[in-house]
Amino acid sequence: MRYERDPERIRRVLGEKVQFIQGDMAVTYGALLAGVSFFGGYPITPASEVAEGAARLMPRVKGTFIQMEDEIGSIGAVIGAAWAGAKAMTATSGPGFSLMMENYGYAIMTETPCVIANVQRTGPSTGQPTLGAQGDMMQARWGSHGDMTAIALAPSTVQESLDMAIDAFNLSEKYRHPVCLMTDGEVGHLREKVVIPDEDEMELIDRVPATVPKEEFLPFTNSQTRDSKVPDFPTFGSGYRTYVTGLTHNKKGFPATDKQKDHEELIRRIISKIEDDREALTDLEEIQLDDAEIALVTYGASARPSETAVQIAREKGIKVGMLRMRITWPFPIKQVNELSKKVNKIIVPEMNLGQMVHPITEYAAKDCEIVLAPKVGGEMHLPVELVEILEANL
Amino acid sequence: MKKEIRICGFGGQGVILAGFIYGKAACVFSDLNAVQSQSYGPEARGGAARSEVIISDEKIGYPRPTSTDLYVAMAQEAFDTYRHDIRDDTVIIIDPDLVPKHDIGRPIYKVKVQKIAEDLGNKIVTNIAMVGAMTGIYDLLDPEAVKKAVIDSVPKRFTELNINAFDRGYEAGKNARPE
Amino acid sequence: MTEMADANVLREKYLRDGMLPTIFCNGCGHGVAVDYTLRAIEELEIDIDTIALASGIGCSSRIPGYINADGLHTTHGRALSLATGIKAANPELNVIVFTGDGDCTGIGGNHFIHAARRNIDMTVILLNNFIYGMTGGQLAPTAPLGSIATTAPYGNIEQAFNISELATALGAAYVARWPIFYPYQPIKSIKDGLQNKGFALIELMSPCPTAYGRRNKLGKIDALWTWYEDNTILIEEYEKIMNYGTDDEKEKVKQMFQIGVFQNEVKAGFFEEYEKMVERLIERDDAKGGGK
Repeated sequence: MRYERDPERIRRVLGEKVQFIQGDMAVTYGALLAGVSFFGGYPITPASEVAEGAARLMPRVKGTFIQMEDEIGSIGAVIGAAWAGAKAMTATSGPGFSLMMENYGYAIMTETPCVIANVQRTGPSTGQPTLGAQGDMMQARWGSHGDMTAIALAPSTVQESLDMAIDAFNLSEKYRHPVCLMTDGEVGHLREKVVIPDEDEMELIDRVPATVPKEEFLPFTNSQTRDSKVPDFPTFGSGYRTYVTGLTHNKKGFPATDKQKDHEELIRRIISKIEDDREALTDLEEIQLDDAEIALVTYGASARPSETAVQIAREKGIKVGMLRMRITWPFPIKQVNELSKKVNKIIVPEMNLGQMVHPITEYAAKDCEIVLAPKVGGEMHLPVELVEILEANL
Repeated sequence: MKKEIRICGFGGQGVILAGFIYGKAACVFSDLNAVQSQSYGPEARGGAARSEVIISDEKIGYPRPTSTDLYVAMAQEAFDTYRHDIRDDTVIIIDPDLVPKHDIGRPIYKVKVQKIAEDLGNKIVTNIAMVGAMTGIYDLLDPEAVKKAVIDSVPKRFTELNINAFDRGYEAGKNARPE
Repeated sequence: MTEMADANVLREKYLRDGMLPTIFCNGCGHGVAVDYTLRAIEELEIDIDTIALASGIGCSSRIPGYINADGLHTTHGRALSLATGIKAANPELNVIVFTGDGDCTGIGGNHFIHAARRNIDMTVILLNNFIYGMTGGQLAPTAPLGSIATTAPYGNIEQAFNISELATALGAAYVARWPIFYPYQPIKSIKDGLQNKGFALIELMSPCPTAYGRRNKLGKIDALWTWYEDNTILIEEYEKIMNYGTDDEKEKVKQMFQIGVFQNEVKAGFFEEYEKMVERLIERDDAKGGGK
């Protein structure tokens, strides 16, 4: 049985165009629409609903769902499936994400397109399993040993959970890189309206298959057919006989573990294929920033009380605005830096004791003051709490 | 317009489904936005459970209620636990059989939804009768929209039972006066 | 018996240009395992472009590098999970995993248990050399009692894993164990494994004179061979002795490695079962117009 994306069948299985569903289920819906054909999962709160949705829906669109033996096996199977041609994903939360880090690095090193949905909670360790938090923003960015970069998206709503699941697949296919969909227990368990996009409202990107003659093909270097640092993809079974290794490898894919030059060239290319495209990978929402003297810089769930706080504060005459990062990694250096030149202060509300505040500080602290507004313990900020912080920072 | 609604009871009574149906009626069968969140203890049955719905004609930022416009209780423990943030103008609806100690010195709508369900032969539709009652009492959603959400959310073979529960709850709600 | 192919022909046809020589030491059995596998592929006339290899980390896991086929050299212990994904995405591929005793049953034990239990259609060629060879001779979960390793300098006091018996108990469709210097049986087992529709484990006892032998008075290859001869017994002979032998004989063979075919069953692999489920669901959906 080989999967073939069947848009009509997918929509029939998903049902009505407008639905009232949980954020976790919206991730599954988005993945199905994107053409996910393999899901390897392991139960973990608050992400299990993503896998449960996949278990229920994927066989009905001729996709494969397997509950693996653990999270290491889940991401392992995802990577294997990707090399055999699948759009593949897994979903997890804090402890499971920690377990996945070694193979996350392997996916980066071998340039494997795949998606990891992380319905974040807190930690360290088991922490508060049923409650939302933004516990893994830094793990997504730095979780593997060695040098790496990351692509991570942070939905704030159920609709965005669906839309960004599609985006996550597109970006993973485009850059041949694992993409982290960093939702959280709060958004993951909320129910909201979603509108399932029609086929002509969606853009789908597929990895570029290898086409050059087999004897000339180089699987791990700049594309030989396009002006791109992303190599064309030699799907297993297509006759390219590609050797894929997590060891430092040369352009042919052969181990080059003792070659300084090969290592540097490889790692710099893998990082720069994404960081060169930072502008294209910047996705921001600006709210009332035009005349703002103080700004909230937010992402994911914490953007929601922030937006309400902006409304309340504006009613009180406070000139506040908000910048929301839909894509958190790569970090929007330029835009945050520009913002720091425009406002007096940047407030960073996070559901952790400070993660995204670090790159914000790195790129904005020269020109304005950065104030972290953390909230931990499994609750979102109350809008009034943020208003108080704004008032205290006028 | 933004209304914050809390429906509470004990686990297994279907308060999550009640909130879900009400939210779905707002955003799928009416042109409104809705957010539903929930919390319950680790046990699947028993213990106080609550389902919270925010309905608005605008974008909903903070997704949890900050106060309560409509407070619906179907169990004593839940009524006592989740009442902390009601205001003077909060509309309160209870089933007096399920919340016997409800004298808090305030007018309250009392609808015997469990009795309605029992009369229909199945206590399991108590929550749907309550959805009917709140639709009748609280003038926010078109009853037809809520009814569609009920039909859309319950198993097909129980459609009739649930419609009956909704209709009777709605009628009872329409006739109820705060006391 | 068909005529054996010329080794040079096999080399020309199947080995990857630019990757040789191998990292294997003198006296290591792993190169022989490559030869056996290629002979099995050749004799079955399997198109190399329908083969996907996977491996973990360790000496044996370097094998996919030497064979000119699609191959994933993965993280330590995880080959079976990646191989599961490959098979899921393209069930037409013949998935072969090369792994070692430490890779598969130490760090990868959990994946091994579940891949065997699920009866995932793949052929696992496990090279058991009782030691972590690549990292310099640390204790493996398969090391016989008393073995010396760098991390067991006073002798191993742990009971060893019996990999083939474990796989048999888990319901793997095909399980066989052979010392690597049996010339024909391993090839036959690899062929049987490749043709089996479920999880096939071929455990090859492959000597490591460098990391295991030297520390255990088996550094000379002939000493190792003699040790294998003295410590293995065909399953059929073992059963005969357990039925009719003296108590002394029984005690003696209990300490030995049984070799031969432990299990050979015809049963549907995981993805065959999965496909049946999908067909059932699709039929149901199509019958009612696919509504939710």
